[in-house]
Amino acid sequence: MSEARAPGLLRTTWVLVRKDLLLEWRTRARANALVFFALSTLLLFSFALGPDTTFLRRAAGGTLWLALLLASVLALGESFRVEQENSALDGLRLAPADPRALFLAKALSNTVLLTLVGLVILPVLSALASVTPVLGFGRLLVVLALGCLAISAPGTVYAAIASHARSRDVLLPLLLFPLLIPAVVAAAKATSLVLEGDPMLQFSSWLGLLAGFNLVYWSLGFALFPRVVED
Amino acid sequence: MSNALEFQDVSKRFGRTWAVARLSFALPVGQSLLLTGHNGSGKTTLLRLLATVVRPTQGKVLLFGEDAALEREALRPRIAFLGHSTFLYEDLTARENCALLARLLGRPVREADGLLETLGLASRAEQPVRTFSAGMKKRLAIVRLLLKRPALALLDEPFGELDPEGILEMETHIRALSHAGTTVVLATHQVEHGQSLCTTRLHLSAGRAAST
Repeated sequence: MSEARAPGLLRTTWVLVRKDLLLEWRTRARANALVFFALSTLLLFSFALGPDTTFLRRAAGGTLWLALLLASVLALGESFRVEQENSALDGLRLAPADPRALFLAKALSNTVLLTLVGLVILPVLSALASVTPVLGFGRLLVVLALGCLAISAPGTVYAAIASHARSRDVLLPLLLFPLLIPAVVAAAKATSLVLEGDPMLQFSSWLGLLAGFNLVYWSLGFALFPRVVED
Repeated sequence: MSNALEFQDVSKRFGRTWAVARLSFALPVGQSLLLTGHNGSGKTTLLRLLATVVRPTQGKVLLFGEDAALEREALRPRIAFLGHSTFLYEDLTARENCALLARLLGRPVREADGLLETLGLASRAEQPVRTFSAGMKKRLAIVRLLLKRPALALLDEPFGELDPEGILEMETHIRALSHAGTTVVLATHQVEHGQSLCTTRLHLSAGRAAST
């Protein structure tokens, strides 16, 4: 019954991020399925929009973020399915792991996964719509990371709520999509500006909206997640 | 002697069903309690209330003098729960599962390695849990329980899925916990095994204490 020195919030978060990424690596088939789903969505949107490359170029930002948004539903739902198996989440709660660390770790792991999916499908989008990042690849990476962070924070909270429901696969997008409209619009607009140029200097405004969305929803997730997993 | 746990008129309802109804009892520190009763009598719910996984609908559960509903974060490091679920990640190896808990507890991973050796799992430590039999998963769950060095050990059907040798080992571990001063609550249908390990018995029927 010795008293061990329990790790703090950041250390616990790191331990759990490592666990989540290790699980993703062990079950690579899931990540592969996610990439192929996102690629299929990208191709379907491109075919639906037609062969006009000017139109495809203008729609490239929106197409990218719709593909990532739809893929995120699979990723988020799956991230809590592994926690349901053998009641592993209860095991973490009883360890005890700080529920705020559980939120940070799960949301960060989902962000990493979605960003990687985004990086894989970007070259395909580039080829389909004949686009290159006019404002530089660095800014495109910043938008991609901020957009994936914006999906992951509320997505992790809602995936945890939906994981208790029988119709979880339907419930998650119903809860999540309306909430993400501002983030997806901002990410799509910012991406389009990076790809097509920014003559009106709007890029920083859309990036600011995305950063603000992140600030609000990461704070809310951090504060509310303990109630979600405990009550 | 202070109480390790105390139920004060505790009831727990799931939907329209009362799983535990107006239960009051106390167990002093270091004592061991055998919970018996038919399926659905409320044994698992009682253990989940003690584990702070669920809150009572009515009444109060006190653990080491603290309200379990209000102080669960502070109490959880002192409680270990061996339930029907193993709390294991199937795609991690046995060692990775134990190392995860060791890191969350702030203990060296070598402690987990030592327990894997003791429970006869060292040779399979680097294999994914998905490849383990039910009995091996139960042994691994015991490693997790012992790693916590709990002040209160909650055991729900600990002999299930174990072979005769495993049952003897489990009895040895439960005795060792009791000798170390751990308060043990053991729910089982295998009353003959449980009676030799526990100082007190509580028989549940329809969520109520039928006899002690």
